[in-house]
Amino acid sequence: MAETRLSDIPIAKKGRVEKMTLAPDASRRLGEMGLTRGATFEVVRYAPMGDPIEIRVRGYNLSLRRVDAENIFVEAL
Amino acid sequence: MSAVIVAGVQVRRIALAGNPNCGKTTLFNALTGLRQKVGNYPGVTVEKKTGKFFGHHGEEMELLDLPGTYSLQNRSPDEKISCDILLGQRADTPRPDVIVAVLDSTNLERNLYLVAQIAEMHVPLVVALNMVDLAESKGIHLDLAAMKDALGVEVVPMVATKRVGLIELKQAISRAKVTPAKQPAPMPPVIEAEMEILRGLLCARGRVETARAEALLLISGAEHADPTLDKAASESRKRIRDAGLDPVHDPVEARYAWAQAIVEKSMRHDDAHALTWSDRLDVILTHRAWGWVVFVAVLTLMFVSIFTVAQYPMDWIDAGVSALGEKIGSMMAESDFRSLVTDGVISGVGSVLVFLPQILILFFFIGLLEDTGYMARAAFIMDRLMSKVGLHGKSFIPLLSSFACAIPGIMATRTIENYKDRLVTIFVAPFMSCSARLPVYALLIAVIFPPGQVSVWAKAGIMLAMYLLGIGAAFGSAWLFKKTLLKGETPMLLLELPPYRMPVLKTVLINMWQRSRMFLRRAGTVILALSIVLWALASYPKNPNADATPSEALGYSAAGRIGHAMEPLVKPLGYDWKIGIGLVSSFAAREVFAGTMAIIHNVEYEKKKLSPKLIDSVRADTWPDGRRVFTPLVCIGLMVFYVLALQCMSTVAIVRRETNSWRWPLFQIAYMTGMAYVAAFIVYQGGRLLGW
Ligand SMILES: Nc1nc2c(ncn2[C@@H]2O[C@H](COP(=O)(O)OP(=O)(O)OP(=O)(O)O)[C@@H](O)[C@H]2O)c(=O)[nH]1
Repeated sequence: MAETRLSDIPIAKKGRVEKMTLAPDASRRLGEMGLTRGATFEVVRYAPMGDPIEIRVRGYNLSLRRVDAENIFVEAL
Repeated sequence: MSAVIVAGVQVRRIALAGNPNCGKTTLFNALTGLRQKVGNYPGVTVEKKTGKFFGHHGEEMELLDLPGTYSLQNRSPDEKISCDILLGQRADTPRPDVIVAVLDSTNLERNLYLVAQIAEMHVPLVVALNMVDLAESKGIHLDLAAMKDALGVEVVPMVATKRVGLIELKQAISRAKVTPAKQPAPMPPVIEAEMEILRGLLCARGRVETARAEALLLISGAEHADPTLDKAASESRKRIRDAGLDPVHDPVEARYAWAQAIVEKSMRHDDAHALTWSDRLDVILTHRAWGWVVFVAVLTLMFVSIFTVAQYPMDWIDAGVSALGEKIGSMMAESDFRSLVTDGVISGVGSVLVFLPQILILFFFIGLLEDTGYMARAAFIMDRLMSKVGLHGKSFIPLLSSFACAIPGIMATRTIENYKDRLVTIFVAPFMSCSARLPVYALLIAVIFPPGQVSVWAKAGIMLAMYLLGIGAAFGSAWLFKKTLLKGETPMLLLELPPYRMPVLKTVLINMWQRSRMFLRRAGTVILALSIVLWALASYPKNPNADATPSEALGYSAAGRIGHAMEPLVKPLGYDWKIGIGLVSSFAAREVFAGTMAIIHNVEYEKKKLSPKLIDSVRADTWPDGRRVFTPLVCIGLMVFYVLALQCMSTVAIVRRETNSWRWPLFQIAYMTGMAYVAAFIVYQGGRLLGW
């Protein structure tokens, strides 16, 4: 299976985080915000200019940039 | 522990901790009323808020509001302060006796992450489960007994905005013995084992209670002053990695697993997938087209209010200040002291006070936008544009505020976690045309166009061009600094988009007042001092000729001499010594320019109304050889200078404060004023080459 990234998940679809290839500090911050390995999320919408992305994780809405989302590998659900 | 003894009674120290937006401020205000003090932690620009309240038995308690954070991993200054206080590692703030963790019960799982970290610190804990009203309306059922059982501490359901649960919370805090959480998050066995090793070392150094928390911080990569511990920690990390685990991520995941387990035991969500009205609102407010429409409308409304509604109270203040000056002036005999009081102190302080209505309205809007949750959307919408110059959406709010005044703008940069980004934002904020530049633009535009000759649109066009020039300079400089001096990874944007909420007027008003007070105090002291200095420069030495006109007197004074001495410097820009004085006096505050011109041209200066006499006499001003001084080209060049130059002592003072050194403000003065000089030079000389 080709590797799926968070940025590939379409709006209103879900995914589960598998691994991140971000700088250690950045991925820890994501983890602390609840986007840990194994966490499921749903893509809610994109900002008017297409970036950043808004997702729903652990019951709240979080937005992150596309460049960072491209470094988060996920399983589409 | 570290409680102070007042008249034989122990004053308990309580600290509030919680995620941003959990209602901490509301709870703090509900508990303390207005018995609060806002200041800074020494050495850092993290806001320190303390207050007093009375416990269940009427005993006095001290309440400390820790900065709202998502984690205690001591990465940002806010987190470091909170972490150090909870561990009892700050000399200026003793370890709290009880910590109240404020949780947003509509967002329990992520809010519990912070509790997991607090549990590791082994401080006596009470959980304030806030916003249960919202939880209920969302169909979230909370089993308090189960949560209390899982955490091993008191759990108090609350609605901070309606003061529901306040008594119960006080009861819980006032109990003779408040205990720490029962069971911190269990770590994977390999990490537990390594933690034990480090814990032993920490206990041997007397840090028994907080050993677990400190050991885990070390494992996750925190530095320790003691090299032995640092070394032991790096060995531990290596062994953890060798065992196939991750010393950074596995503790985070373990805490979330702990939080999840508590949520599963104590919360049931009827209808987790229903669209809330907040979701529906966001469909419009962040819509590709409507999102922009609303965004522009909100900003327009805000600016129109700042520049029109504020005008009335500004006129009143202005009139009041003049009347006061006259009244006091008429009660005193003509003397230097009277001049100091009326021309120096009263008109100087008045020049700051007059901006208060604008500042209040600005802060009212900002507070309203924050309280409703729209501010996060503004950052969400603007992030893409800001990213083009290497900043992120969170820099938008400070820059926006700077259109009213750079001081609140610079204060608002505190929400930017990344230090370099914050510096860049502080650095470029004064380029935004603040309201103090308006009188200058207004005077010069009036001088360019004799009345009735051109349409309002041409004037408005020039005004707009000046605003755009400032914006361009801000963004261009931000880009430049991100590429050079303050180079660094564009930090990750992680922005929570909280649900929209009905704003609570009281919260917005308290907020507005606190911010404005800070503005008044900081700007007021500097301007007051400078007004006196400026007054002295413009008044001494006295012209020995008693019949000298005010203009001649000014020419003789120190300020006049400085102006003359400066003439060679400003001549290439097309300015004479009088404009030179205007520039010098503007370094205290830009709006002084018009007043200085009035003194020099020896006309009655009426603020706001831009007396026709002043405009005429400025327009008629000539060089000794009869050429006009204020040609349209000079006026444009002068406006460009005012757009770009940093001529505001209060800004300099606040930048010094916020960056904790003189290096940045001095560099900023040199950079901005240098750029202003070069730009004005290009405008003037270039214009002349083109034959204007
Ligand atoms: N419905 C409801 N709203 C609340 C409650 N407590 C606070 N709020 C609202 O939630 C919003 C956030 O409250 P604040 O007190 O500003 O939150 P905070 O934790 O201090 O947030 P930061 O200042 O960002 O750290 C405000 O609009 C409050 O009016 C509550 O119990 N119920």
